[in-house]
Amino acid sequence: MSRYELRFSGAGGQGLITAGIIMAKAASIYEGKQAVQSQSYGPEARGGASKSEVIISDGPIDYPKVTQCDALLAMTQEAANKYSHDLKEGGVLLIDSDLVKNVPPGNFKTVAFPIINTAKNDVGREIVANIVALGAMVALTGQVSRENAEKAVLSSVPEAFLELNKKAFSMGYERAEAAAKA
Amino acid sequence: MSKKVAFLQGNEAAAQGALYAGCNFFGGYPITPSTEVAEVMSIELPKVGGKFIQMEDEIGAMAAILGAALAGSKVMTSTSGPGLSLKQELIGYGCIAEIPCVIYNVMRGGPSTGMPTGPSQSDVMCAKWGTHGDHPAICLTPASVQETYEEVIRAFNLSEKYRTPVMVMPDEIVAHMRERIVFPEPGEIEVTPRKAPTVPPEQYKPYDTSFGDVPPLAAFGSGGYKFHVTGLNKMQDGFPTTKAEIVQAEEERQVRKVDANVDDIVQFEEYLLADAEVAVVAYGSTSRSARYAVNAAREQGIKAGMFRIKTFWPFPDKQIKALAARVKGFVVPEMNLGMCALEIERNAQGKAPILGIFRVDGEPINPDQILEKIKEVK
Repeated sequence: MSRYELRFSGAGGQGLITAGIIMAKAASIYEGKQAVQSQSYGPEARGGASKSEVIISDGPIDYPKVTQCDALLAMTQEAANKYSHDLKEGGVLLIDSDLVKNVPPGNFKTVAFPIINTAKNDVGREIVANIVALGAMVALTGQVSRENAEKAVLSSVPEAFLELNKKAFSMGYERAEAAAKA
Repeated sequence: MSKKVAFLQGNEAAAQGALYAGCNFFGGYPITPSTEVAEVMSIELPKVGGKFIQMEDEIGAMAAILGAALAGSKVMTSTSGPGLSLKQELIGYGCIAEIPCVIYNVMRGGPSTGMPTGPSQSDVMCAKWGTHGDHPAICLTPASVQETYEEVIRAFNLSEKYRTPVMVMPDEIVAHMRERIVFPEPGEIEVTPRKAPTVPPEQYKPYDTSFGDVPPLAAFGSGGYKFHVTGLNKMQDGFPTTKAEIVQAEEERQVRKVDANVDDIVQFEEYLLADAEVAVVAYGSTSRSARYAVNAAREQGIKAGMFRIKTFWPFPDKQIKALAARVKGFVVPEMNLGMCALEIERNAQGKAPILGIFRVDGEPINPDQILEKIKEVK
């Protein structure tokens, strides 16, 4: 049975738990697959280590946590160091190239672009960096279609910010596609 | 017609389950990792004419729901370890005064403040022995978001049917995990109403055993029904007594409400147990790791199965005794230092060895750990 494991990691306050929830929602509500999202975080509201894990499968999912990671997003150097060890051979690592300077070694494909900067300067608001990252993860993992992921994004964010998030998602998707080809 | 679906967290599902069961009063005090229940109830209850109140602390919250339940409401509170400790005095009060209520407790690291954001399963003994004195105990341990929803409804039903506090205890992983949930239609899942008095107020006694072990409970103050409620041992009219034969009979009746109905209350799942030589006994999120491990063991030709506890109290004694007579050994993974294992030991009576995996470091028990232990059973 197919079991695809994703981990969104970084610091508390970066919106990674939300990104994970939207990815799982896209798979389980819109894509017709099964998905479980779980998280772990420290007692701090902001700044502490944070991770959100998503398992996607065609069948029932028992263990809700990552066993061997297929795709990892690391939004801090600390997260990249800490979580790349169980990344599968042939898996994918997405990093923010401004924040993760030392790319961890391993037999996986690393895709890098300035995620937070893209949100800040190209989309216009730093706060949607998590949606930029989500768009990129959708493009790199192929577990849910671009359309279904976008539906999940739009059904999860406040109405006043639909266009902003839509733009963030598209930009992330396209930057990752371009970066993966490079 | 297709059913309503949503992608929800265990805690959010618990609140929705409570609303389905007809909960119309919630008294709470926020505490990680259960706060989302209070959040959802504070938004949803006013919409259906219910009442939400945030009390000054967990003790006050427990007192509030007992009072509201006596006045006719269907009630719930939610908390986590430290709050559960504070509520214990009043949980005992709920047991002896026989007040239906649901206590939803998310298990985090303990004792005391412990590890607020880390998962644990170390409150299961507290569910039975936390409050002093002999008393009935019902505790449900769901393992998924859908099951949390359904078990909260069942908790309400059991609390009404047996007129006693009922606990639902997910671990932090189940409480914070998100999954797809399919909502039942109204009427699809049975909702047990409170047994109302059939006699006029002047003849009403709150503990009238001529109606059986579970006497009807009037809504205090409505329709002229008024009665005495106390934490002291009491007579059928609710007033205190120290008369030996009454106290003995009343204490035995209260415990019998659960003991004589174990088969009605206890629910469990047997997974690949028919030919199993190794029985993994698990509950909550740990059972999800166990299922993964059992499947992996089967792929390697090991005859492993899982007994999944859904009702922790009353404990599935009969089923564990039967298993002990036919398996080579038990594997018991749990996020505490061996609480469920102790109950299995009590039932196994030395007939099968118990191999425990006890973790209290805030990390989940992973499938590999369980698989390795399964292989150790000889």
